Amino acid sequence: MPTDQLSVVFGALADPTRRAILAQLTEGDRSVADLARPFTVSQPAISRHLKVLESAGLISRSRRATTRLSHLEAEPLREATSWLVRYREYWDESFERLDDLLARLQSSPGTSTKGSP
Amino acid sequence: MGETVLTAPPATPFIDVERDFDAPRDLVFRAWMDPDLVVQWLGPARYEMVLDRWDARDGGSYRYLHRDDQGNAHGFRGSFHVLTPDLLIQTFEYEGAPGHVSLDSMTLEEQGGRTRMRIRSVHQSVEARDAMLQSGMESGMNEGFDRLDAFLERSAVSAR
Repeated sequence: MPTDQLSVVFGALADPTRRAILAQLTEGDRSVADLARPFTVSQPAISRHLKVLESAGLISRSRRATTRLSHLEAEPLREATSWLVRYREYWDESFERLDDLLARLQSSPGTSTKGSP
Repeated sequence: MGETVLTAPPATPFIDVERDFDAPRDLVFRAWMDPDLVVQWLGPARYEMVLDRWDARDGGSYRYLHRDDQGNAHGFRGSFHVLTPDLLIQTFEYEGAPGHVSLDSMTLEEQGGRTRMRIRSVHQSVEARDAMLQSGMESGMNEGFDRLDAFLERSAVSAR
């Protein structure tokens, strides 16, 4: 999975409501109304969460008669939750922040020389 | 912008991380050692970084927490041994998986104003490392993931 797509997947998984939706889908395909039932949020709000999950590739949606069913996609989920992928994401994000910090420290000469020989 | 290269050489207990930084070596080293700087970059931005203990000297120890906006906190701890830019050695343990302690060494090498960082984590055995590579998220890492883990286990079995 490319890093950009991975960020989208992690963004999708970062939200507890979306994780709860995915957890529901582990039992089988569900309609928006089914998925909204355990929550206090509205169906349109659930639909917005489903759109995020769909664009991340974590679910697919199909139409049965007038109902749209959501289906959990195992492979992207498996990839995103593997230890190695999460480990990479952890360091990628940390090192990007370190890049920014190092750039800031070098642009302010007063601090960049502190502690150096 | 550097690229993080992560490798797990087969039949070894190692996990290696390599990354270049556009900064001199002493500054990269200071960013790793200075508690005021460490809190500014270690860990994804969505976590609040809390330094519980940071005693960066030979024989000193550290502990930090990544806290998310749901109030979940993940603790990490270890001890420092060697602390030089040429070689930094420390132990590392995620409190969510107690007893799985790795020995981490880092070298920083400067070339033309840029610094190449290499980290090697040595796990307790090849088997322990491989089991971790194959595992999913640590259980309890996030609520909602338990059922997803169980689902992935079921779907892996049926796919075989």
